[in-house]
Amino acid sequence: MVGQKTFSKWLIIIVFLLPSLAGLVLFQLIPLLSSAVISFTDWDLITKARFVGFDNYLEALGDEQTLSSLLNIVRYIVGYLPTVLVLGLFFSVLLGRKMKGVKLYRIFIFIPVITSWVAVAIVWRWLLNGQSGLVNYFLSFFGVQGPIWLQDFTWAMPAIIAVSIWKDIGYVTIILLAGLQEISDDYYEAAIIDGASGIGKFFNITLPLLTPSLFFVIVISLINGFQLFDQVMVMTRGGPAGATATLVQQIYENAFQNYKMGFASAQSWILFLIIFAVTLIQQSLQKRWVTYDR
Amino acid sequence: MTKKSRIWSVLILIAVMLVVTACGGNNGAKQPSNANTPADTTAANEGNKEKDPAAEPKQDPVTLKFMQYTASGSQEETLDAMVKAFEAANPAIKVNVEVVDYANYYTKLNTQIASGDGPDVFEVGYENFASYAAKNTLKDLTSVIAADTSFKPESFQGLAYDAFNYGGKQYGVVESFSAVVLYYNKDLFDKYQVEYPTADWTWKEELAAAKKMTDPKNGVWGTYAPIQFYEFYKTIAQNGGGIWTADNKPNVNSKENIEALNWMLGKASKEKVSPPLNDDTFSQPDADLNAFMAGKLAMLRAGTWNFGRFAEAPFKWDIALEPGNTQKAHHFFADGLVVAGTTKNEEAAWKFIKFMSSDPAAVSLRIEKGWSTPAVSDDAVMQAYYDQKPPESKKIMLEALDSLVLPPVGPIPDQWGDLQKAIGDELEKAKLKPDYTAEQALNAAQKNVEKLLGK
Repeated sequence: MVGQKTFSKWLIIIVFLLPSLAGLVLFQLIPLLSSAVISFTDWDLITKARFVGFDNYLEALGDEQTLSSLLNIVRYIVGYLPTVLVLGLFFSVLLGRKMKGVKLYRIFIFIPVITSWVAVAIVWRWLLNGQSGLVNYFLSFFGVQGPIWLQDFTWAMPAIIAVSIWKDIGYVTIILLAGLQEISDDYYEAAIIDGASGIGKFFNITLPLLTPSLFFVIVISLINGFQLFDQVMVMTRGGPAGATATLVQQIYENAFQNYKMGFASAQSWILFLIIFAVTLIQQSLQKRWVTYDR
Repeated sequence: MTKKSRIWSVLILIAVMLVVTACGGNNGAKQPSNANTPADTTAANEGNKEKDPAAEPKQDPVTLKFMQYTASGSQEETLDAMVKAFEAANPAIKVNVEVVDYANYYTKLNTQIASGDGPDVFEVGYENFASYAAKNTLKDLTSVIAADTSFKPESFQGLAYDAFNYGGKQYGVVESFSAVVLYYNKDLFDKYQVEYPTADWTWKEELAAAKKMTDPKNGVWGTYAPIQFYEFYKTIAQNGGGIWTADNKPNVNSKENIEALNWMLGKASKEKVSPPLNDDTFSQPDADLNAFMAGKLAMLRAGTWNFGRFAEAPFKWDIALEPGNTQKAHHFFADGLVVAGTTKNEEAAWKFIKFMSSDPAAVSLRIEKGWSTPAVSDDAVMQAYYDQKPPESKKIMLEALDSLVLPPVGPIPDQWGDLQKAIGDELEKAKLKPDYTAEQALNAAQKNVEKLLGK
């Protein structure tokens, strides 16, 4: 009797999970495993796949384009991550205060996050147009002749970084804001009694106790950074002359433009291993700087 | 009892949900193809095929899956009419048409072939045809053609017909061909009192004329040609160069080629008769065609498939042979129909190809609607095509074919995509990367191509 009861309980659980479970297996797990198999072949979609061992991996590791796209990602992360963290911290402290219309401001800063990347990237492509874009028009008021952002070898990546910051700042802000509200008022009261200054309070209480949220944001942002794709695909397609090419975009082109499925799969797995390694390193480093309240 | 019925109601609910979502997904998948095809016939066919297998043996209707791209954008209705005419003439054969835009065509085609659900008949451009043939994915039609006494290869323009021959085997039949010529805006030429381009023009005359007509303040440019792989392989031919030597060795960084690339870049960077290389507007697809249409380009190298697009231009225009440097060279493109190697309906597929490429009903529809240039050799039929104006000098197309350059597939026809990338990426660097010279770019491209051969 009891057995039947637990059985029917499990049945209900499984039945309810079935739709999402089926999706997970069909669209994530099976493709994941097949890409692992494909990465050891030279499959080009139309001819029979041939097993080639580690050739694809070796080729990818020695491939100039793979390496330069990795370098581009490093450039992106170096420009993106510190800026988005500092600005996110600034806005979260600002929006954490009690002031008039704070909810409205929070909504404003979050709006870019919920819009579709493709849509905003198209809009930004117009705004950044070298000849007729609003950005350069605005700069001209200050006597600055803006570059042709997305066609300029030097300025294309900064433009991508800036747009990404604009899009993600709301997300970072909200996460940090939640982290801020977790910090108990007791600490601040104690600090005031001890006569701490505003800056002292920020660096000795707020920042250390915010490190768990910062840690989360850094991990997520790094993973997203390595997977940089949408904005690049829409705004520059990796151009000009490969200045903004990223690994995921290379994978896409190799798979669906050049039909080198095996090679693209190998690149995907290399990317996975890189992200995995970076995340592991972060995990092990977290003991050194992340403070947990309890 | 109540518990049991609850479980059952949950199960039923899930079942309903699955059915609903499955239906939704199915519709979604079908929509793109239906959007471009005669919905009524397609739906009817699918209905027949799926729900009524018992009816099949009665009349033995064969359903062909057909995929193509050249109708996309403007000629879907013409294609529809051609297919309807075929079905009327062959009641036992139904054709499911899927039209895909060029940018997504080969991706979609290859994924369908990979999934085992590929089309029986599909359209392919000459430069990609070699790759499909080399990979052994097409049906050899040589014997079928030989057996069909009512089909005469001579009724096609020889060159275009032979384009779909690979290794001595005929894999397909050409439907249409096209070339790239020099379009020019007569009104601008008149305004600046410049003589119209003639067949003996070289780059020098082109440049001199372009200089007279360039007016950057008003965004009017003397001449324009895109900087990309296709334009490159033709332009180097106009300077006596080539991607390959006569014995198929890579020769990308030859003196002639470097000179030609410098000319391509120099029109913008040095002579300033073309828009700047990093111009944002001209980096968008079709920007050059739109600029010509807006009267902002005096001369433009563009494909003959744009006649229809420019027909409504608010100024007078015509075409001329492309100026070359040491010699003439023109692009030649051919689109043909091929049969997938996996098809089970070879006979029906052949009938369909034959009809679409050479049946008077199909060809005249093509001409009537101004849809590219049929490759038939019948003078009377072709005259109807040439009589359609503009452009005034349409027949120049035929002269262009006297100096044609074929896509330089060289010794690696199966790696056409890689070859394009190996050279195209370097061309883009020469165009946009500061201080990167034409010579550096082509040296790097040479290395890339050598690497492809080494594989």
